[in-house]
Amino acid sequence: MDKALTRVLRIDLTKKRTWVEERPNLFEKGLGGAGVAIELLYELCPKDADPLGPENPIILAVGPLNPLFPLASKAVAMFKSPHTGNLGESHCGGRVALALRLAGFGALAIQGKSDVPVYLTVHRGRVQFRDARALWGLSSSLTAGRVLREIEPGSGARTILRIGRAGERLVTYANVIAETYRHFGRLGLGAVFGSKNLKALVISGTGTIPIPDPPRYQKLYRELWERATRSDHMRKYHDLGTAQNIRPLNQIGALPVRNLSATRYNEEPAFSGERLAEGFLGRRLACSACPVACIHLAILREPHPVEPYFYKTTFVSYDHEPLYALGSMLGMESPEGVLKLIDSAEVWGLDAITTGVVLAWATEAFARGLITEQDTVGVKPSWGDTQAYLEMIRRIADRKGELYWTLGQGVRAASEKYGGQEFALHFGGNEMPGYHTGPGALLTYLSGSRHSHLDSAGYALDQDCLRAGQNPPPEELACRLFAEEARRQVLSSAVICFFGRNLYDWETIQTALGVLGIEKSKEELMALGAAILRQKYAFKVREGFSLEKLTVPMRAVETPTPLGVISEDYLRKALAEMEQLLRGDDGLAGDA
Amino acid sequence: MAVLWAGPWPHAWPRGWAVPKRLAVVDPGRCVDCLLCALACSRRFGEGGLARSAIAVRSVGGVEHGFVVIVCRACPDPPCAASCPVGAITKATVGVRVHPERCIGCRTCVLSCPFGAVHWDEDNNKPVICVHCGLCASFCPHGVIALEEVGGG
Repeated sequence: MDKALTRVLRIDLTKKRTWVEERPNLFEKGLGGAGVAIELLYELCPKDADPLGPENPIILAVGPLNPLFPLASKAVAMFKSPHTGNLGESHCGGRVALALRLAGFGALAIQGKSDVPVYLTVHRGRVQFRDARALWGLSSSLTAGRVLREIEPGSGARTILRIGRAGERLVTYANVIAETYRHFGRLGLGAVFGSKNLKALVISGTGTIPIPDPPRYQKLYRELWERATRSDHMRKYHDLGTAQNIRPLNQIGALPVRNLSATRYNEEPAFSGERLAEGFLGRRLACSACPVACIHLAILREPHPVEPYFYKTTFVSYDHEPLYALGSMLGMESPEGVLKLIDSAEVWGLDAITTGVVLAWATEAFARGLITEQDTVGVKPSWGDTQAYLEMIRRIADRKGELYWTLGQGVRAASEKYGGQEFALHFGGNEMPGYHTGPGALLTYLSGSRHSHLDSAGYALDQDCLRAGQNPPPEELACRLFAEEARRQVLSSAVICFFGRNLYDWETIQTALGVLGIEKSKEELMALGAAILRQKYAFKVREGFSLEKLTVPMRAVETPTPLGVISEDYLRKALAEMEQLLRGDDGLAGDA
Repeated sequence: MAVLWAGPWPHAWPRGWAVPKRLAVVDPGRCVDCLLCALACSRRFGEGGLARSAIAVRSVGGVEHGFVVIVCRACPDPPCAASCPVGAITKATVGVRVHPERCIGCRTCVLSCPFGAVHWDEDNNKPVICVHCGLCASFCPHGVIALEEVGGG
């Protein structure tokens, strides 16, 4: 194994001290990525830690395949989430994984809290603490990125991770933005950065990774490259990007619309992948080491408010999830409006999915009189109203006023305070993703370790069931999702992008690791995946999580899916089975 | 390596000779910043990473504004070779050749190239310059770079 991969960079912001630990055993056991990060989280995060306290660690990890194979392009972050109050895990593409690995580290852990705003740089394997007081309080996260791009070295092989105002002001779903348009999203890593007075982290690396068997490596690389660039499976990410989901989900009635009061538009939404590609697509980007280039940037051309023949041009990255959350969930009609909202979330440094679901809840709560114009400071949210939503997004990031401060904690907190829990679409405190496909999706949101649709991809299973006319019993559904989530732990330890999941079957992962001198049988890999998943679950239980106590939002079980109305009873049975599997009662090896 | 041709490119390459090819940046506007070219370049040496890559990609003031591909363009009269005080860079049929055993690591060649296409191997303290083998182009998924015949003919 590459020795540099087993080096863990430790950073203490309180004492402004850094050191490196050699941890070969850690990487032998957990492989890398998620497997290593959960070990480090256990080690460094004290029980009942305050997610926004200095004791909460920020852990980043890469794996043995980064960036040596196509689609081995992701890095994993772990921390305790200020949003759910439990396990925080987030994955990011861009150049993060390449930069960290080629800087000569397999993982880094940041602890403590700086007394003044700082940013950290890692160049040629050395860490520096830099003054970030001048960067603190900027109105746009894009400006911070621009400044750092100019003043820091390492262009072309570096990542610039930074937070926006939402992170500085501790909105619990603030993102960390990488290279513009890529994120450690969802569970509030941006707020954890903010709580530590950490504005940014710049890492550059151009190092070498030794390969024990170069001819085998070259051959396998070429094979995988062929499969990645020619396979039909990758084509959907390649052509329209994830935005291609909008049209079919709308057709089958699985697209959450207006706070999930409906599941389709009468006609294809004007912000479907096809329509955006025709009218707005301006550029495509890739993460380092990935030939697919699924990142789609729209060109938004806006006229000057007064002056004729004067335009400004903005590039806005769009994906299925932001289009759902800041589009259909808010009843948006105009594609320009949706793009403006996505851009605004990017500027302030907010998670797009959660922001959309929060605004959808607020719109319905306003219509029902649970919150008033006094609370909203004169803003009247209504479906499809771009201006009102832009105003609200800014106020959420500013955190001024009681309602907006609370909205900055997510819909669980807001509905506990103002009511409307029956239509507060969160699962374990994390806001709903953009698939109302059936029981698989709902079970994934409830039981997945991050409450993310990507944990076990129940939405894909639902669509398979719909096509095949199947209706699996709850126990079977739980087993299939557990197996998929366990498999994904190996991918996110390697670290392979989940979009490459069909490219990297067990045999391929095994061969790729073998070429690098890491010999693991399929059975060992499967057991490793289950063990990592169980370890995450054990961490969650340690921090007070209980599948049994999870609430299912009433709206989600009232609004029919393409597979019919899903009963809470069905979900409870599936959750009970899942709990058994997560506890390791099936005889499979596991730590929990 | 012997220098086969040291003058400007001929209009027509002698009949029967394989026409030499150089790596050309065909259309940087199509670049998506995947870095597959740079990673392929290091694989030439049987290693992963970027330490010995002779090709690099940088954004033009942020990824939204596109990219430049920085690689040797095979100048007919290369300033890097002219600038080397110890003759460690010589003109080749296409581009230049580095003779590491002569190189003293002074980096004069780096300063001489207006494109920044003389890359640097920090571990060995030697320049890395594209040899126009075309391996990177065979992995470019979007037709940004390609081998093309030099000097017409």
